[in-house]
Amino acid sequence: MNTEPVVVAKDLAGGYADRTVWSGANFSICRGEFAAVLGPNGAGKTTLFRMLLGLETPREGSLTILGEAPKKGNPRIGYVPQRHPIDSETNIEALELVRLGLDGHRWGVGSSRTGREAARRALRDVGAEELAHRPLGKLSGGELQRIFLAEALVGDPDLILLDEPLANLDIRREADLVNLVARVVRTRNVTALLIAHNINSLLSSIDRVVYVANGHVATGAPKEVLNAKTLSSLYGTSVEVLTDSRGRIAVIGMDEPSPEHHHEPHHGAHHHA
Amino acid sequence: MTTTAFSFNIIADLASMWQYAFMRHAFEAGTLVALIAGVVGWFVVVRRSAFAAHALSHIGFAGAAGAVLFGVSPILGLLIFTGGGGIAMATFGRKASERDTQIGIVLAFMLGIGVLFISLYSGYATEAYSILFGEILGVSATDVFVTLVSAIVILAAVAVVYRRLLFSSLDEDVAEAKGISIFWIGLIFVLLVAVATSMAVQVVGVLLIFALMVTPAAVAQQVTRRPAQGIIVSVAIALLATWIGLFVSFYVPYPVSFFITALTFGTYLFVRIWGTDDGGAKPAAARA
Repeated sequence: MNTEPVVVAKDLAGGYADRTVWSGANFSICRGEFAAVLGPNGAGKTTLFRMLLGLETPREGSLTILGEAPKKGNPRIGYVPQRHPIDSETNIEALELVRLGLDGHRWGVGSSRTGREAARRALRDVGAEELAHRPLGKLSGGELQRIFLAEALVGDPDLILLDEPLANLDIRREADLVNLVARVVRTRNVTALLIAHNINSLLSSIDRVVYVANGHVATGAPKEVLNAKTLSSLYGTSVEVLTDSRGRIAVIGMDEPSPEHHHEPHHGAHHHA
Repeated sequence: MTTTAFSFNIIADLASMWQYAFMRHAFEAGTLVALIAGVVGWFVVVRRSAFAAHALSHIGFAGAAGAVLFGVSPILGLLIFTGGGGIAMATFGRKASERDTQIGIVLAFMLGIGVLFISLYSGYATEAYSILFGEILGVSATDVFVTLVSAIVILAAVAVVYRRLLFSSLDEDVAEAKGISIFWIGLIFVLLVAVATSMAVQVVGVLLIFALMVTPAAVAQQVTRRPAQGIIVSVAIALLATWIGLFVSFYVPYPVSFFITALTFGTYLFVRIWGTDDGGAKPAAARA
């Protein structure tokens, strides 16, 4: 694997408005790595994405993408947000949305020929060529996520950011999408960051975990992060990581979270209520 | 309204009705309005902003009524009020989900002001009627000129922002990440709606604005899947409804706005019942 760092955070603190949500993050994610961004709701996972996209500024420390500071409209990033204003009445063909991922930020009306060709290639890469002329409003959740992935890939980015693409998918579609992202990461040698709640569908595919919780960020290979010691330290409370016979894991908090927000990480400390 | 008889020779019929200046002006203004309403309306429907267009036309009612009261052209009052209302909407309600309540609050207040202005003006009934329901047969040469300038400005602006507006309408968060300012594109959009609405009020009035700003575009989005085609269909329906409405009203003594609303509504019903494009039925290969 190539070791060119794509995303580098140094003593990074993230937040929005006048609130710091987490701090002290140090990690680097390299080209061709597939990283899962995990953690509870409201922990600041999307905030990390918004900083990478140049929509929020780091509150402390530094963040670089391929050696450059984050900026709005960075063509090296493809983005799949959690929210899409598409409903069952949206009778626009999928190809049009994918094409906008390439040239939608440009002024003018634009000629459609080259854009449509690029969009068709991106759809082929995510195995959604047959959906090109289907209306967005009639696609299933899994089909839509493939279209969004194509929209993110059409500009040939170095980094793709996927915000909860697995939400609302059933278990099989979830596995299909994870495999697809993993394949895209390998074949295109891009770096992918994927925000998720459930780690199990991702475990066999990801290279790294960025775990955001309790105002802190832990990063490393899945085994380095997803263990009782690291997560207990991160949450500041006793956490068990259970593994079943097939390697699936469950993260379980063993007692009440400690009342103080900014804890000193002391490994293995149990506060039984 | 006239003694000229319908003759089945459409060209001769048009020639005879165009002998009247008021009919020429009506066709000129109606054509321009249908063009801009069809284009802007397509974005109104794709952005789910029909309520904003509705509200802007009602805000325009206060402006038109005020203009009548102070003895200036209603179009001027419409443009000032819808423009101001549009800026206020874009400023206060940035996120789509917050807009309904705020728009409704302003709308109610503006209608109240309009009622006040109308009651202060002595020629109550006729003026109020033409603002509310349109009076295309009463447009002047000056109105046609103002409409022409507005149409050129709107079409030029849409041509410039087309892709950005489309992108932010279909995928706001990605558009923002791609460096498009959602605030500015939203502001440009409401100003386009404000001007288009002000012009369309001449034809169908404040209360029937949907007939030109929403219905043709809603039909277009039922039958097309590509934005460019959708806009063309939307314009075509608005144009045909306006032309046929004007033509028929020359012979039949009922309001033009009735014919236009009936025609667009009829088209909508037709595609809703028979023309529904359900997507899944057709194989992709056949359409490629």
